[in-house]
Amino acid sequence: MRALFLAAALALAVPVAGVAGPQPDEILDDPELEARARALSRDLRCVVCRNESIDDSNADLARDMRLLVRERLVEGDSDEEVMAFLVQRYGEFVLLRPTATGANLVLWISAPVMLLLALGTAFVYLRRRERTSEPAAPKLSPEEEARLRDLMRD
Amino acid sequence: MIVELGHFALIFAFVVALAQAVVPLVGAHKGWHGWMQAALPMANAQFLLVAFSFAALTYAFVVSDFSVALVVANSHTAKPLIYKISGVWGNHEGSMLLWVLILTLFGACAAWFGANLRESFRARVLAVQSSVTAAFMAFTLFTSNPFDRMVMPPLDGQDLNPLLQDPGLALHPPFLYLGYVGLSMAFSFAVAALIEGRVDAAWGRWVRPWTLAAWVFLTIGIALGSWWAYYELGWGGFWFWDPVENASLMPWLFAAALLHSAIVVEKREALKSWTILLAILAFGFSLIGTFIVRSGLLTSVHAFAVDPDRGMFILLILAVFMGGALTLFALRAQAMEAKGVFATVSRESALVMNNVLLAVSSFVVFVGTMWPMFAEMLFDRVLSVGPPFFNIAFSPFMIGLAAIMPIGAMLPWKRGDLTRATQPLVGILVFSLAAGALVWAIQTGRSALGPLGVIVGLWVVLGAAVDLWARTGRGDTLARLQRLRRLPRADWGKTTAHSGLGVTIFAICGMLAWQTEDIRVVQVGESFPLGRYEITLADVTRVEGPNFLATRGIMEVERGGRPFTTVMPERRFYTAAGMPTNEAGIHYGLFRDLYLVLGESQDRGGWAVRSYIKPFANWMWAGAALMALGGLLSLSDRRYRVAAGARSRPAGPSALPAE
Repeated sequence: MRALFLAAALALAVPVAGVAGPQPDEILDDPELEARARALSRDLRCVVCRNESIDDSNADLARDMRLLVRERLVEGDSDEEVMAFLVQRYGEFVLLRPTATGANLVLWISAPVMLLLALGTAFVYLRRRERTSEPAAPKLSPEEEARLRDLMRD
Repeated sequence: MIVELGHFALIFAFVVALAQAVVPLVGAHKGWHGWMQAALPMANAQFLLVAFSFAALTYAFVVSDFSVALVVANSHTAKPLIYKISGVWGNHEGSMLLWVLILTLFGACAAWFGANLRESFRARVLAVQSSVTAAFMAFTLFTSNPFDRMVMPPLDGQDLNPLLQDPGLALHPPFLYLGYVGLSMAFSFAVAALIEGRVDAAWGRWVRPWTLAAWVFLTIGIALGSWWAYYELGWGGFWFWDPVENASLMPWLFAAALLHSAIVVEKREALKSWTILLAILAFGFSLIGTFIVRSGLLTSVHAFAVDPDRGMFILLILAVFMGGALTLFALRAQAMEAKGVFATVSRESALVMNNVLLAVSSFVVFVGTMWPMFAEMLFDRVLSVGPPFFNIAFSPFMIGLAAIMPIGAMLPWKRGDLTRATQPLVGILVFSLAAGALVWAIQTGRSALGPLGVIVGLWVVLGAAVDLWARTGRGDTLARLQRLRRLPRADWGKTTAHSGLGVTIFAICGMLAWQTEDIRVVQVGESFPLGRYEITLADVTRVEGPNFLATRGIMEVERGGRPFTTVMPERRFYTAAGMPTNEAGIHYGLFRDLYLVLGESQDRGGWAVRSYIKPFANWMWAGAALMALGGLLSLSDRRYRVAAGARSRPAGPSALPAE
């Protein structure tokens, strides 16, 4: 069901243009809270946009989400609580940094695992390369011989 | 009439392409000279026909022929001529025609410059290239015909997406396509070599310039796109890890790996089967990129229209060519016996490390890009994978690559001594670390990204310089300076491209770490400080452009109490397309850009204004330009010029020069 909603939302997605991101009237007076709000905003996806964080988006919904983040922060929520609140309201889709739970573990460990596998393969290959001896250069084919003679004459 | 001729030319070219995919292949198998030779006129004919077809479409755009559906959807009489022309490829159908044009161009190039290839090999290369071309011609003709007519031609068109009406973006797609499609040459060479069952140094020498050219084009294309995003999207972002951007990054990484491993094939006759595999994968990822952009499966900022039929067609092309090539590879790879023997510490090993890091990083981008789709299909989880993931998972690979780059570049072929190779680098390592520490001390309280960028940037750039200097040999400085001038272009190319990477890494780190941002409401006439500048919103005026209306802010910048410059950001409204855009006012500087954006007018008077100081922004693209320049320098080296290497030396392993 959520997928359907998203498909519909994306079809209406606002094209990127205009001035994006937090507007002057959204900014909190407390610079420390504001900095936290900005950091959280960068990790939250604007759910009606195409692959933009709410910190970069100019959609109305992104503004609502930014205000919501600030509201929760002013009320004293921790960063984790704010994120949990938004996930509960909009779904896992809003997290630009996917959680490392369940199947997502595969995603997170894929980089180190692929690197180790590649390094292992490369190491085995290199060791084998070092041990083999260099074969003698193969004989030239008759055409190549002819061509070589040709070139040598020039 | 001209439009119909263009359509017929494309259909005719498709028929020729089908013939060229079969005839030379049979000829090469049977050893029939005439059938093999037939590939040459056919390759020329294909190119000329498609060029005519493309010219016909361009003509329809230039004269605003609104009986053609594509022109209606993407053009407008009031649009400047340059964007009428760039409108040809600023849409799905037209860009497919450009793609096909470039495919045939590369095919024709292989025919023109391939005189020194073995006849059977050239015939096979041309046949494989033509089969790829035929597949994309079929795709264009059957699912995305650019020549469709309207039943009721309207009086005027709907205009090109205003975001695309920009010089940077007019050139971005042609360069990207030259890059993507250039990799088809490497693919054709790889498959032809698999069919022949023979890979030798000459093959490496042949594949390298094509790959290098493709890589240079991709570098320029990606840099143009990123630069465009920087000045056009309104907040100075330059890379968003958007699926479409990733689609261009993956082949770029593979091309970089391929051009390095082709050196090993050429100089040492090792890594043959791996290089063949890379050539197949590099083009495979170009196709995956095309699929991502055109299927609409992964929605993104700049995907073309969503159409499942087109997606299925490209998936089919991908499956046939990748499946076929990989099967062939599995059957024949064993035949690619490696000859060169080398020690674990050697230039070859360093290049293997380069390949490991580039290839794995590319796969990381692939997994991250496709994960939302996998997660939804397999686990019913709707989720996003955004910049935070890629920054964590991808960046370490680039840092690792930069870390080993100067060392690997200085290791000798065959057998090296790590202590001796790194000895000239100790000085610059200490210097880079010290500079990083100094920056860390000065910039109290900011992220460690800045110092890291300084260390990596200096290490790579100075390392490249040390490598070049070491190539001048021994003796007094004057004699070495003279020898420096006479070094082969390829050496200069390597140094230039490597330092380019260092500059880009430094610029990215510096810009992200040291950027200043300011968001506020400003009344007309009011001033505010930004870093060492004082900015005044002097006036806001209305301006009329050729096909847009604009609100222009006139912002006067002072430094130290003296007038410094005037910057004019705009908010535009494109009337025909009904779309607003935002033109940031940017004052470009060597060490920083001043980036000013005019926002909404506020209910209580005044305007929202965002201002940034973006340090080292230009360096990012300068680094990319250096990389491209390095590639071009290498390409212009007499030894590697397309066909020149083959001409001056007999093709054969015994004629390999020592490094």
